[in-house]
Amino acid sequence: MDLNTVWFLLVGVLIIGYAILDGFDLGVGSLYYLLGKTEEEKRLLINAIGPFWDGNEVWLLTGGGALFAAFPLVYASVFSGFYLAMMLVLLGLIFRAVAIEYRNKVDDQAWQARWDFLFFLGSFLPALLFGVAVGNVAKGLPLDSAYHYTGGFFGLLNPYALLLGLLGLFGFLMQGTTYTMLKTEGVLQERARGLFSRIWTIFVVLYVLASLYTYLVAPALFVNYSNLPVLDVIPLLAILGIALTPQAVKAARYGTAFFASSLTMAGMILTLAVGMFPNWVPAVDPNLSLTIYNASSSQLTLKTMLIIALMGVPIVLFYTIYVYRVFRGKVKLEQDGY
Amino acid sequence: MDAIFLSRLQFGFTAFFHFLFPPLTIGMATIITFIEFLYWRTGKEIYDKMARFWFKLFMITFAVGVATGITMEFQFGTNWSEYSKFVGDIFGAPLAAEGVFAFFLESTFMGLLVFGRDKISKTMRFFASFCVALGSTLSAFWIIVANSWQQTPAAFKIEGGRAVLTDFFGAVFNPSTIPRYLHTVDASYITGAFFMMGISAYFLLRNKNVEIAKPSLKIALIFALVAVLAQGLLGDIHAKQVAVTQPAKLAAFEGLWETQTGAPLNLFGIPDPANETTNAKIGVPGLLSWLVYGDTKAEIKGLKEFAPEERPPVKATYWSYHAMLFFAGWFILLVLWGAFLLMRGKLDTNKPFLTLAYYSMLLPLLVNELGWFAAEIGRQPWIVYGLLKTQVAASPLPAYQVLLTTILFFVVYSGLGAVVVYLMRREVKKAMGEEFSTSSPLGISAGK
Ligand code: HDD
Ligand code: HEM
Ligand code: HEM
Repeated sequence: MDLNTVWFLLVGVLIIGYAILDGFDLGVGSLYYLLGKTEEEKRLLINAIGPFWDGNEVWLLTGGGALFAAFPLVYASVFSGFYLAMMLVLLGLIFRAVAIEYRNKVDDQAWQARWDFLFFLGSFLPALLFGVAVGNVAKGLPLDSAYHYTGGFFGLLNPYALLLGLLGLFGFLMQGTTYTMLKTEGVLQERARGLFSRIWTIFVVLYVLASLYTYLVAPALFVNYSNLPVLDVIPLLAILGIALTPQAVKAARYGTAFFASSLTMAGMILTLAVGMFPNWVPAVDPNLSLTIYNASSSQLTLKTMLIIALMGVPIVLFYTIYVYRVFRGKVKLEQDGY
Repeated sequence: MDAIFLSRLQFGFTAFFHFLFPPLTIGMATIITFIEFLYWRTGKEIYDKMARFWFKLFMITFAVGVATGITMEFQFGTNWSEYSKFVGDIFGAPLAAEGVFAFFLESTFMGLLVFGRDKISKTMRFFASFCVALGSTLSAFWIIVANSWQQTPAAFKIEGGRAVLTDFFGAVFNPSTIPRYLHTVDASYITGAFFMMGISAYFLLRNKNVEIAKPSLKIALIFALVAVLAQGLLGDIHAKQVAVTQPAKLAAFEGLWETQTGAPLNLFGIPDPANETTNAKIGVPGLLSWLVYGDTKAEIKGLKEFAPEERPPVKATYWSYHAMLFFAGWFILLVLWGAFLLMRGKLDTNKPFLTLAYYSMLLPLLVNELGWFAAEIGRQPWIVYGLLKTQVAASPLPAYQVLLTTILFFVVYSGLGAVVVYLMRREVKKAMGEEFSTSSPLGISAGK
């Protein structure tokens, strides 16, 4: 395996890590009003994600940095091409960050209601738009010879991309509900259970639709699979995750449910990655596609970055796991509050 | 207004706003870690109270630092795509390293401290504070590496119209990294220390919260004293580096038009780019040459040496640099006075000093920005010094889109700024009115 492929996979791992981890707090935020009815429930929800959301978001920042370092042309073309959409995501993430930190700083209903709304909006917008972006990339972008995107803002809002946006959103919602079941008990947990079964059904429908639609608009994504049928295990992993999640919920094994839902996310992203390989951004004119070779950094940079990753990531995983362990178990509000 | 101008405006504004917070974060995290260290070693309750109080203010700045940093990370791709294509082989790696080595550390342990302070041992509390401080200091390192490479590119070759890395450590430790890093981190210590000094002084002036204000003032003053005096030295080293690597910038800093031997250091002067001269000069002959080369006779290049289109905007560069030096002078006076009072045991009672310390509380924030203005505007017209001009580095975006997002950033950031000020004041007022609650900073904690 050459370095370019290694980095394609590593960026993929960062995206998957992000989708799983920030996935659960984006999901909780998108369902905030549906899950949390009382002040106490809202606080429980915020506290369930409170210690983790920032660390989770660093997966996105590191993914962005790694993409910049390893495939600068992709970073430059996609982010400038998706300009307004990207800015909406950034504004969303800004709102969310501040809302989580500031909501409980002042004990005042109007104050909290405003931050609640920004928390919801800042979770919902990115949760929807990430999928829209992926849809556009999967379908192929109109690029010119300087690799500039030429489709305009409204070109991004095509039916296929919107469908993938919804699929992504419902994936995040599954993460959010399974995480809530894992971290809470009583009413909140029951409510998450109820929402889960509806979300799961819609997700399955969207998943089938998206698969069929992909076959129509981007048949090229199936070529790798027909050339190397053993790769079919990857979409099967996603399907396994989809099948397993409701079983686990029914059996009240919420850790397993969260794991299965995460497996679904990972499987979906890998399915797409394998289909795209070795393209990063298939262009409408195939000669202009950005691939892991023509869009990459030099071998020296890729090698250096690999060393950085091998040194840094184990340490990160070590203390991340430690902190998750400190906060294991159900969230509680402490009596002596303010 | 074209898209390039707007992208510059937007980057300048978002960086300006972001950089109000990191220096406070780095400075306060370091001092809080020191207080946590005292608590860990002595177990005295007063240190626990101090740490908790300062940590509350710290959290408020930290949140906005994080929120506005997210924009910065992606702006190179969204607004400066041509720049990103040109430098990606070199510039991306430090950004990624910042995530792996710094942001994870900082944010993970921050989560632990905010929500888990009462679940962990005293030792672990100290360790977690230390990790937050370390993470923020490391993040400064990597971003300064990236910025410094763009100021003084090194260890690269140009291939296919892109800069390509030839030696990683050569690029990381390019000629300006170390001076810039030390200068910026020391500036952050000054920023944190002045902030804590100012608030402690405010408490003492009102005769409230004296219990924590007194030791806090002392600790902050000692930090400030060391950092301010060190900054004179570090700034000098930095200026020498600029003289060698970016002579046009140094000439603009000094308002020096003619190349001369025995160049004077201008204490005052009004640069006049239209007539290519500096008026009303008050200078010390030979001092600039001496500061830069240790020789009063050495030759320093003047601005006329460079074609007009290769010169940075002289006025903005000159004034921001000189304002930084002016305030540096003020900081030195203030901390020396404080040290004098401390030795005589009158630090907590001298009203004029406390009043001035209070009014100087936020000045380092301004001085940080002035320093960046000098460094960044002085780099113009280059975005990568000597290699790529700012004019050709922006993304080919429709101007209306950049205008729209710039306005959005103005609105949202102004709102954030107002909220931060409100929350800070509220926290300070609360601390003056009530007993200290010993619950965790959000009043709530997660898990069991
Ligand atoms: C001297 C230090 C310094 C400088 C010059 C910058 N930053 Fe910064 N940044 C920090 C020091 C810092 C920090 C102290 O580490 C922050 C503030 C609060 C925090 O959590 O970390 C931070 C936060 C922060 C975050 C959020 C991290 C998180 O979610 O935890 C990002 C993505 C960036 N920054 C990116 C940038 C970029 C792309 C910059 C260049 C234009 C930049 N910063 C300038
Ligand atoms: C690291 C990569 C960086 C890049 C690519 C970059 C690029 C730029 C660009 C293109 C401008 C506009 C120049 C102009 O219009 O005159 C600018 C200005 C500025 N930058 Fe940087 N910069 C970087 C780092 C930083 C950092 C780390 C800071 C500190 C937070 C900073 C602070 C500023 C400020 C305050 C301005 C405003 C100056 C002005 O209005 O011209 N920059 N930068
Ligand atoms: C004796 C005093 C000082 C001297 C001689 C000095 C010198 C310098 C020089 C030469 C630069 C420009 C570097 C470049 O263009 O690349 C600079 C930048 C800067 N200064 Fe200062 N400085 C002094 C005091 C201060 C103080 C007190 C602060 C803040 C509290 C400060 C904060 C900054 C910052 C944030 C920058 C931009 C980052 C950088 O390029 O290092 N400086 N300083």
